[in-house]
Amino acid sequence: MGKYIVRRLLLMIPILVGVSFIVFLLVASLPGDAVSAHMAGKISPEKLEQNRALLGLDQPVLTRYFNWLGNAIQGNFGTSITYKIPVTEVIGNFVWNSFLLAVVAFVLELLIAIPVGVVSAVKQYSIFDNASTVFCFAVISLPSFFLAMILRFVFSVKLGIFPLDGMETAGVSYTGMQHIGDVAMHMVLPVICLTLLSVGSTTRYVRTSMLEVIRQDYVRTARAKGLPERVVIYKHALKNGMIPIVTFVGGALPSLFAGAMITETIFAWPGIGKVFLDSIGQRDYLFMMGFTMFLAVLVMVGNLLSDILYGVVDPRIRLK
Amino acid sequence: MDDIILDVQNLKKYFPIRGGVFQHTVGYVKAVDGISFQLKRGETLGIVGESGCGKSTAGRTILRLHEITGGKVLFNGKDIAKLSKKELRKKRLEMQMVFQDPYSSLNPRMTVGQIIGEALIDHKLMDKNQAKEKVEEIMEVCGLPSYYINRYPHEFSGGQRQRIGIARALVLDPQFVICDEPVSALDVSIQSQIINLLGDLQKERNFSYIFISHDLSVVEYISNRVAVMYLGNIVELADKNEIFDNPLHPYTKALMSAIPVPDPTRKRERIILSGDLPSPSNPPSGCKFRTRCPMACDKCAKEAPEYRDIGGGHFVACHLV
Repeated sequence: MGKYIVRRLLLMIPILVGVSFIVFLLVASLPGDAVSAHMAGKISPEKLEQNRALLGLDQPVLTRYFNWLGNAIQGNFGTSITYKIPVTEVIGNFVWNSFLLAVVAFVLELLIAIPVGVVSAVKQYSIFDNASTVFCFAVISLPSFFLAMILRFVFSVKLGIFPLDGMETAGVSYTGMQHIGDVAMHMVLPVICLTLLSVGSTTRYVRTSMLEVIRQDYVRTARAKGLPERVVIYKHALKNGMIPIVTFVGGALPSLFAGAMITETIFAWPGIGKVFLDSIGQRDYLFMMGFTMFLAVLVMVGNLLSDILYGVVDPRIRLK
Repeated sequence: MDDIILDVQNLKKYFPIRGGVFQHTVGYVKAVDGISFQLKRGETLGIVGESGCGKSTAGRTILRLHEITGGKVLFNGKDIAKLSKKELRKKRLEMQMVFQDPYSSLNPRMTVGQIIGEALIDHKLMDKNQAKEKVEEIMEVCGLPSYYINRYPHEFSGGQRQRIGIARALVLDPQFVICDEPVSALDVSIQSQIINLLGDLQKERNFSYIFISHDLSVVEYISNRVAVMYLGNIVELADKNEIFDNPLHPYTKALMSAIPVPDPTRKRERIILSGDLPSPSNPPSGCKFRTRCPMACDKCAKEAPEYRDIGGGHFVACHLV
């Protein structure tokens, strides 16, 4: 098992180098650069060129890539052109705001999707199942910007229950519990938005998985043993039905840190998704590279995690 | 009549067919359409028939693993169809089933010990330590070394898995066991081991079997009496020797003529049935077999033949007998 993990970790190195090269080429092929994004039209063309030379943007793409790679291997991801602080610090400053939203939404999503999916499968074609199917497809079909706008309009503008956007009330500095309560109130709408966006497909996923398991012969065996239906469903069926869900949970790791670009932007939440979206507009290539690499590592760790978890929950594929 | 353990009277199982925009019932698949037989203590009744004739459904319906559509199943004089869920769960201890596919009928996430011992603990028949002893004992009886107790089903071969399935059923000391094609998923060499095991266990513990199979030679070997099913009905039921030596129903005759004889010089008459099994949702009128029967006459299309005893416990449903 230890050897397997080491092998998988070593395998990440060439993949990361490959990812970084492709992303760097893509970023470099964007029209314009950080200098033109910030200062075009404000200063003379000669000054622009001077600034480019200062940032090293006048060199060929490959030279710039290997410079970046050399620094990155030593742990130096450069300084964000927009924020004027190291890229790692920018990520550190904003990623936890995103994580806070994402993790609450994710837990809520599982708390809703698993029971609803299980009941839907056990009572297939019942009124509950049909209602949940309609609900799931409705929320799957809703675009995030539309849903976010509706939530803001109804709960903030019309009813005034929750704040419109931001993370804290402007102009006041709460401390302790008051601060936590204030942030919590600001979180409600974006969390509802994120949960609704993902809960539909997850519920369908759980339902399908359970439906498959309920038809298995060993579930009938369990009934033949004279076990109560509760034990048959929750011990025999659910335990097997959750195996594919575990992969799903492992795969969700990067999305917890990736930030939700559109939702965060609409709710003006100071998360990493919004920062990343801004950085594209600013052609802040060092931040884009640093953050993309961060996500690439998370994706691979998430995959490794779900592979390991798979072995934990399914004795058939336990690694020797 | 004390030795009758199971009395099945006109048992029916219909599955609804749903269709149309609102998924209402548009018809029924008559998987089991009124079968009757009795099972004595210590006896083995074989049920044979081709695929789709309702053998497995009959077995599952007798145990009420499917809800019963009509008829009675008297188990020691008590009607299983009328039991409440709670009573049924208790009764399940006395009637067990060995399933057809040993690869899918064992929960892959439980160890052998958990699979076999679960019902003992759940029904509070014994505590964990006693259950473990009992499980180890029954594993040895079924030819599984007891040190396999913590292994998972996927670590076993097909024959071993079927032994687990048998051990699981027998650990509860049932009074009768339905074996639903217990050997059809296994190699021929393993089949005989499992059949002999079932036979030995029956001698030791004196329980009754209903042995469902499409393999006539297996049924001939293990059964005391044999019932032949066709499209949801029993068409003939008699003692083993009687039915193999003197089959009366044309369908039984055709089946018997299909048994391979290991003697290349012997000439035999084969009755080849033409056509396919009719749909059980829309069976032929009168006698269901008439569409494939070489001897069908006008009467067969009009009236369903009565299932009757023609003497000596030989039941048959045919106008021509």
